[in-house]
Amino acid sequence: VTAHETYLLDRSKLADSHTLEVARADGAYGALRKVFETAMSPEDVVEEVKQSGLRGRGGAGFPTGLKWSFMPNHETDTRNRYMALNADESEPGTCKDRILMREDPHCLIEGCLIAAFAMRLDAVYVYVRGEYRLPYDRMQAALDEARAAGIVGENILGSGFSCEIHMHKGAGAYICGEETGLMESLEGKRGHPRPKPPFPASFGLWGQPTTVNNVESIFNVPFILERGAAWFRTLGTESSPGNFLCGISGHVERPGVYEVPLGISARAIVEDLAGGIWKGRSLKAWFPGGSSTGVLPADMLDTPMDHDSVKAAGSMFGTGAMIILDETASVVRSALVLARFYEHESCGQCSQCREGTEWQKQIIARLLSGRGKRGDVELLVDMSNGMFPGKTICALSDAAAIPVLAAIKHFRSEFEACVPTAEEVHA
Amino acid sequence: MALTDALKAEFDELCKKYPHRRAGLIPALHRCQEELGGWISPETITDCAEYFELEPVEVYSVASFYPMFFLSPVGQHVVSVCRNISCDLRGAGEITSAAKKYTGAACGESSEDGHFYLEEVECQGACTNAPMMVVDGKYHEDIEPADVARILGETR
Repeated sequence: VTAHETYLLDRSKLADSHTLEVARADGAYGALRKVFETAMSPEDVVEEVKQSGLRGRGGAGFPTGLKWSFMPNHETDTRNRYMALNADESEPGTCKDRILMREDPHCLIEGCLIAAFAMRLDAVYVYVRGEYRLPYDRMQAALDEARAAGIVGENILGSGFSCEIHMHKGAGAYICGEETGLMESLEGKRGHPRPKPPFPASFGLWGQPTTVNNVESIFNVPFILERGAAWFRTLGTESSPGNFLCGISGHVERPGVYEVPLGISARAIVEDLAGGIWKGRSLKAWFPGGSSTGVLPADMLDTPMDHDSVKAAGSMFGTGAMIILDETASVVRSALVLARFYEHESCGQCSQCREGTEWQKQIIARLLSGRGKRGDVELLVDMSNGMFPGKTICALSDAAAIPVLAAIKHFRSEFEACVPTAEEVHA
Repeated sequence: MALTDALKAEFDELCKKYPHRRAGLIPALHRCQEELGGWISPETITDCAEYFELEPVEVYSVASFYPMFFLSPVGQHVVSVCRNISCDLRGAGEITSAAKKYTGAACGESSEDGHFYLEEVECQGACTNAPMMVVDGKYHEDIEPADVARILGETR
């Protein structure tokens, strides 16, 4: 790999990077200070983030600045305004946000405060999945330090701007990473996604205007404000600027979370950063961005890792979390592991998802056990096609259907080989 | 076990974060599980309902939605092995087998002496450090089957 500019993980390489002292010495809260000292208006900040082209890193890739601009006009709508920071990182393959919270919580707090200023928020709630104890504790400790230093709370850094940031602990449900499921859960309810519209910007937490952003998205914000939208656009691609954290897991020599520019080829990540396929084997299949993105075959490894390119390859960029399967792996088994997951995580509100995920699991399990029936593969395809798009309240049903369809599209013979022949059945 | 005054005082503080008290329910249930015997008992549900001014069935409905809450008693030390894709690809099955052998418990059950509760769980967000298991909330990552006995032995 040719050397590329980094910024996301630079501070985390310092000893005690999670403390205010180390973070401040490294320039933490400089962007926030710049916003205040150069007398930027909240609208100026939103515009800068829009100009940067930053796209959400939680999976959908929606432009962050545009999302912020959906918040209602503060003069005509005087309700309280909130941000829910989505730290419910649960997409299989994805483990980047925990590193940011654990190693550089002050940058995340700074990003939250800049977002809060830009959207004129009253409070930010950081919704952390319940299992992430260390990241939660590090964030809480950093918040306590920042509050004591006058950086969080009333009259931040003497600017006259005030905003509270609160930590909130979830209790282990994938669906709470869906933005409306997250809001329901934060209100102390079951994490049942809400029908949209209304969208969170008009009816969010407690019915008030709310924006839900991913940790890595907000983490980018201080750098954009400090160095400018034009600088941000020098990294990555025209339609997907900046760097992203690529977590690569599965059958590679060096799994890990690597900071790379958007648009880098998947091959460069696998072969150069992750040390290639483990045990000297060759690649069979790979998920580009978490378990909900369709699996791709080995011959598509030159696909650039950005939203448009991965979409053109027939999959999705998702969370940028690559999962690698070597030549010995069973695609059918991986499909079962994921079907079991989506069945477990379906909230049960919509029949297409509740029943569909259960049937997917049963049919794939039947195939894998050698008791498959003729027509099972076609049944699986028909059923998965009945689960989406737009047939359910949220996209979990799509997320369950897409990987199964992609696996069959690229590895159909592997599924069909699971169906016993007539001779085998009679024997 | 009943909700203690100390926990109620803690919840009074907790609920100040939110414009509506109910938002404190899930963090409060975590604390109940930690302090009141490792599970959410019917008594805990009734007491939380009273504290949060909800019907017991509403508290039950919430508690039963979230996999981290146990609605029946479990062994003293909770052992959770991730079974999702990245861990599965790197030998999670062998970790589970080693944990079953060491604890003598099947998945979803407690050991006979009540020392361990063993479960397989979905993705814990440690995929680049697979396989992994969680013991009493602490992550053990990049482990091998041979590590399991040592890690579980630390609970003795």
